[in-house]
Amino acid sequence: MLTAVLLFLPLAAALLLHFTKGATARALALGATLVEFALAIFVAIDFVRHGSSAYNLDYAWVQSAGINFHLGLDGLSLLLVLLTTFLVPLILLAAFRGNYENPSAFYALVLFMQTGLLGVFMSLDAFLFYFFWEVALIPIYFLAGAWGGERRVAVTLKFFLYTVVGSLFMLAGFVYLYLQTGPAAGSLAAHSSELSAFYKLKLSAGEQSWLFWLIFAAFAVKMPIFPFHTWQPDTYTEAPAPATMLLSGIMLKMGIYGTLRWLLPIVPLGVSQWQKPVIILAVIGVIYGAIIAIRQRDMKRLIAYSSLSHVGLMAAGVFSLTQIGLQGAVVQMLAHGVNVVGMFFVADAIERRTGTRLLPDLGGLTRRTPLLSVCFLVMLLSTVALPLTGGFVGEFLLLAGIYQYSAWVGAVAGLTIIFSAVYLLRLFQRTMLGPDSSFSATITDLTGGELAVFVPLIVLVFWLGLFPGTFLHLSEPAVSSILSAVGR
Amino acid sequence: MTSIILLSIFGIVQLFLGFLRSNKVLLPAVMLVLLAVFGANLADWNHAPQSFFNQMLTVDHYTVAFTGIVVLTALLLLPFSRSYVVAHEPNLAEYYALLLFSLVGAIMMIGYDHLLMLFVGIEILSISMYVLAGASKRDSRSNEAALKYFLMGAFATGILLFGIALLYGATGTFALSQLATAVAAPANASLLPMLYIGILLMIIGIGFKVSAAPFHFWTPDVYEGTPTFFTAFMSTVVKTAGFAAFLKLLAVALPAAQGFWAPTIQAMCALTLLLGNVGAAAQTTTKRMLAYSSVSHAGYLLIGLVAGNGSLTGPAANGIFFYSLAYSIATVAAFGVLKLVADHRQRDDYAGLNGLGKTNPLLAFVMTVAMLSLAGIPLTGGFFGKFFLLTAAVGQGHIGLVVFAVIMSMVGIYYYLRPIIAMYLRPAEGPTAEAVPVDGLQSFTLGLLALLTIALGILPGLLSGIL
Repeated sequence: MLTAVLLFLPLAAALLLHFTKGATARALALGATLVEFALAIFVAIDFVRHGSSAYNLDYAWVQSAGINFHLGLDGLSLLLVLLTTFLVPLILLAAFRGNYENPSAFYALVLFMQTGLLGVFMSLDAFLFYFFWEVALIPIYFLAGAWGGERRVAVTLKFFLYTVVGSLFMLAGFVYLYLQTGPAAGSLAAHSSELSAFYKLKLSAGEQSWLFWLIFAAFAVKMPIFPFHTWQPDTYTEAPAPATMLLSGIMLKMGIYGTLRWLLPIVPLGVSQWQKPVIILAVIGVIYGAIIAIRQRDMKRLIAYSSLSHVGLMAAGVFSLTQIGLQGAVVQMLAHGVNVVGMFFVADAIERRTGTRLLPDLGGLTRRTPLLSVCFLVMLLSTVALPLTGGFVGEFLLLAGIYQYSAWVGAVAGLTIIFSAVYLLRLFQRTMLGPDSSFSATITDLTGGELAVFVPLIVLVFWLGLFPGTFLHLSEPAVSSILSAVGR
Repeated sequence: MTSIILLSIFGIVQLFLGFLRSNKVLLPAVMLVLLAVFGANLADWNHAPQSFFNQMLTVDHYTVAFTGIVVLTALLLLPFSRSYVVAHEPNLAEYYALLLFSLVGAIMMIGYDHLLMLFVGIEILSISMYVLAGASKRDSRSNEAALKYFLMGAFATGILLFGIALLYGATGTFALSQLATAVAAPANASLLPMLYIGILLMIIGIGFKVSAAPFHFWTPDVYEGTPTFFTAFMSTVVKTAGFAAFLKLLAVALPAAQGFWAPTIQAMCALTLLLGNVGAAAQTTTKRMLAYSSVSHAGYLLIGLVAGNGSLTGPAANGIFFYSLAYSIATVAAFGVLKLVADHRQRDDYAGLNGLGKTNPLLAFVMTVAMLSLAGIPLTGGFFGKFFLLTAAVGQGHIGLVVFAVIMSMVGIYYYLRPIIAMYLRPAEGPTAEAVPVDGLQSFTLGLLALLTIALGILPGLLSGIL
């Protein structure tokens, strides 16, 4: 019951938003997401105490085909639910800063997206998972398209086509798996699309080999992994800031989560066959993203490439198939979500004040903006993975996992820390420090509303950095069961 | 059966109502009739199959289900006739009467048990359509459409009739059940070539009616020239009835000849998907795009025929039912919006839709839902339609065809996004900046269409597997 409320509350609020305007709309949207977050916290506490069985929701959806509306929670999905419900109110607060036309529709789409994301993280039926996977795409397309920058038409079309085509491959893979299953207990249908039914399948190595790529296509595009990334920098740059935050903060995690839950345990032989090429692609993405980020002049584009670099590391960690690498990926999913949302919010705050995102136009902003500088620096250092921050824990575990897989790959991937220090400190230097620009004298510091976004983010950065055990503890059983399914 | 009687009687009554010359009476009258027909049709659900006209027509679940689709489609389409009819045409009662008569033909095509009934049904439907294609008398494009449709259609009917004759010559019967036994165990092997040519000619004849490639060349021109209201009718009712008839012919009468017709249908299917989708992607006007897209949807439905496997109740038949329903609803919505916008803005290219998201949020939303459904994106009925059909085909081992269909549906996503991009991402300028007038009934119907599409996409279990 609580699971259904958790899933549909944002949707209900999104529908109600159509009848509201202005301040009421803001209050309703923010109120709904805060209630949602409180609900998620409650569920998390209850989960730790009593286990997950209370959150299983299973209804026949398409009875004749054996497709169920099956939702459930384990430690891994719970963490992503927490991340989503934590970030969406902050993203809404960021959206309140922007002066968007038809704001009610904007907030409604954000909330609609939240339902899609939560559905992805909680689904335990393959077709339900695919359903929510696409449901999450539709609102973000309109957010990025209708409120985006000048080149939005071409850019969002590319984004939409890339992701839809990727997920169609995944659907094809699921249909194949579905037709291999037998009937579920007590069901009249000939097949079952339950996750557990997929886990039980005995597939030959040859089948798993191509199924791996069918399913992975969707996740590789969503993350994105080199060379499926070409939609990403453009879309991140052209989309309005809140949409970019949704894309990079949460939507990207759909790819990692999907790999963990819907790829590794289902086609373990395919995974071990393709492990090496995928890790190499991921590490190429790490280095490639970082090198291009160094050369960027546009703040948003720079952060986009930095995100590309970081997600490559997460993917490499997942495919190291080590306990420590997977746990690192889980922590880094949270830390990266927090960091990247914070970074994009910084870029947005500067752009709103100065009207530009280009580094050559900026500089010397720090004197009149001590608060902004501090927040910027915290987010930045966490992204660089300085000890005590969430980014450090995540990247350290990831690199340890990759090192266990291969010392050479680990060494190359480790360059990311150096590179990210280079491009991020350059970003800070060119904007906040350096010679005065025309904005240095007039720029204003953070407002209370903006601080309200940064404070929770900063708290979480340090929480993740100082007490990562809170989160690692939650995900450990889930990660272990995934690894045992893979046979490691 | 009640539905055929009701439609015929009220079709004639409608002609007399024409003396009133008032659309205020006529439109509600027709809608009430159709509601009554829809109800009467549903009342036949869950009864044992009944036969009429000396076993030439059967009313069973199959007939009721597909009749439900065509009547519902016509009912939901009617509110959009309003502005057209008032503006252009004094003799509107005839058009309504023809619509009712054509529905009679459609129902006969769905329920037939005898090739003669099939032929009569096809003719009733087609002749009404020839006239309606030319409904806009003073428009030369409408005249061209009517003439083209009539000449090509008459030719195709001739081929169909020839096929029926050869089939009769080879088997000595018109009744579907007897045909099935005669085809399964041919009495005279020397007549087999005649049988196969007959089957082939029938496939060509029906293939023309449902605009399957390579017999689709009339579609874009006729659809473009025909007044939009009747185009919508053609691309939904005619197609649904045509596929119901096609499936019945192949699954009931000719399962024994599957080895012969299956490769033919597969080739037609692949070709239809290719030409429909690539053709649609190349169009610059929304109406022509929808015309080509209707060809491509014929391709997806042909997959259902391939996977049909001699059954009117299996996953493939259910898939065709669900797909036809989702497709009809989405197509009515798309043409409805297009007609309202094109009538007001006097243009039917993509740019004519610019800025609709701002001027008419409802129209833009409904069009978006319709496009997503036609593209087969989840949350809409179109997704489950494709899903059921393709899953059924994979289950029968037609992997190659399904892979091709999936690739083609990727092309589809591209062109279905173009109206959405125009409506939401491009600003309105000049004459397109003012709102399109929509009356209450039309708004209600559009809302209902969008709701139905989403309902089919969220609760497909309600209607899947009912056959």
